[in-house]
Amino acid sequence: MDYGTLRGFFALLILALFIIIVVWSFSKKRKSSFDDIANSILEDEQEQNNKSHLETDSKQETNNNV
Amino acid sequence: MTQSNTSAVDYNFDVVRQFTVMTVIWGIVGTLVGVLIAAQLIWPALNFDTPWLTYSRLRPLHTNAVIFAFGTSALFATSYYVVQRTCQTRLFGGKLASFTFWGWQAVILSAAISLPLGYSTSKEYAELEWPIDILITVVWVSYAIVFFGTLIKRKTSHIYVANWFFGGFIITVAVLHLGNSMAVPVSAMKSYSLYSGAIDAMMQWWYGHNAVGFLLTAGFLGMMYYFVPKQAERPVYSYRLSIVHFWALVSLYIWAGPHHLHYTALPDWAQSVGMIMSIVLFLPSWGGMINGIMTLSGAWHKLRHDPILRFLIVSLSFYGMSTFEGPMMAIKSVNALSHYTDWTVGHVHSGALGWVAMVSIGALYHLIPVLFNQGRMYSIRLINIHFWMHTAGIVLYIVAMWISGVMQGLMWRAVNSDGTLTYSFVESLTASYPFYFIRFLGGVLVVAGFVLMAYNMFKTIGAKDGSLKAVEEA
Repeated sequence: MDYGTLRGFFALLILALFIIIVVWSFSKKRKSSFDDIANSILEDEQEQNNKSHLETDSKQETNNNV
Repeated sequence: MTQSNTSAVDYNFDVVRQFTVMTVIWGIVGTLVGVLIAAQLIWPALNFDTPWLTYSRLRPLHTNAVIFAFGTSALFATSYYVVQRTCQTRLFGGKLASFTFWGWQAVILSAAISLPLGYSTSKEYAELEWPIDILITVVWVSYAIVFFGTLIKRKTSHIYVANWFFGGFIITVAVLHLGNSMAVPVSAMKSYSLYSGAIDAMMQWWYGHNAVGFLLTAGFLGMMYYFVPKQAERPVYSYRLSIVHFWALVSLYIWAGPHHLHYTALPDWAQSVGMIMSIVLFLPSWGGMINGIMTLSGAWHKLRHDPILRFLIVSLSFYGMSTFEGPMMAIKSVNALSHYTDWTVGHVHSGALGWVAMVSIGALYHLIPVLFNQGRMYSIRLINIHFWMHTAGIVLYIVAMWISGVMQGLMWRAVNSDGTLTYSFVESLTASYPFYFIRFLGGVLVVAGFVLMAYNMFKTIGAKDGSLKAVEEA
């Protein structure tokens, strides 16, 4: 296999990897765990001053469409 | 002082505090040197006929001070803070973290001494001579050990996205620094690059552009992904988009370097690759910007009351602006007009003062009260004044440079009907003077804003613990 063909295959491999990353991260199954992670940095704050924030449920969903 | 009041985990905030204070100090120093050399372009007598104060020696001092002293100190401070908070564990390495602080300040000091003395490798953004390069490597490897060590001993199952960006930035900067700084030393303060000719140029801009892409972009995006949600008190707009953003950004940036070498001895195909990759780079850049700004969706009213959030969101607007402008300038035919003119200088500063400085300033205003056991900064009003001074300063700066840059490009390429040049170089220089003065005014505003920030910071640090109460939102 010559160098050019090898690089062609390499480009396809990168493209496939990118598609896998997109499909993986946008699959419905992972939405709720990603929401938890996105909220985790805010919950960290809640522990410190749990008095002021207790009444409001600050857990929020990230955008549904993207 | 190591005792943290914020939660059960005994965080190491000492090193974060040290880097935070030095970030503000280096911010003043770096921009002040910038204002001095901007003034020298209008009043050349300001070099006082001493070699140590000539433009050619102070310009690298300015770039090194703002990128490696101000910007990198901000990255050290925020990455050490974010990695501890998101991993719910104390910083790994103990004394090693403290070493990275003192080691990095030693690097900055050696730069501040060696550059005015005239020691330079002449590689842009990598001017420091080989002994300092070795010290940088030692500090950087320690930084990596501390950061990744903390990730390894984390108490959470997931690694929050901000840490991915910080980690990517640390690894890539190490690779870039080692690659580009390869040199043969001939004496204590003199070395010659291992590369020659067009290969040296390509190595230099592979380094140079990825210093922009990873140090000044990926690192600060890590900052953005933590401090924007935190200050807005809302989770990031789309966590899924942030994952795609990370992988797309890190895999594309590395190819964009050749756009600095259009119409040079670099092979044409390499120039075209650089141009195309730079244009594609627009997509992840804007994906990230939209993800940051849309975090505020449904909470836009917060911008009216909160100048810290305003810093963070306007920084993203500048990021969007300069990552649109950049790909456009990387197109060969546009580059034929813009290259070597002040347009480039304006572009760099809309990225540096608009994106990098504003996101850092916003993050620090969030961070300082937390680090020094206060509910808020000493004066919210001063933050607001700083915001407007900084914004006005940037607008004056970049508008002046756009006009002067396009004017220079048009004057240099203008030809008479017989094929001779319409203007001499010095005519384009004379025409630039009014814009140099406007740029100088913008720079003065930015420095004055930093001085206000330092005053506000020291007042916050000096106040009695817990005496500054957070303002309740109406």
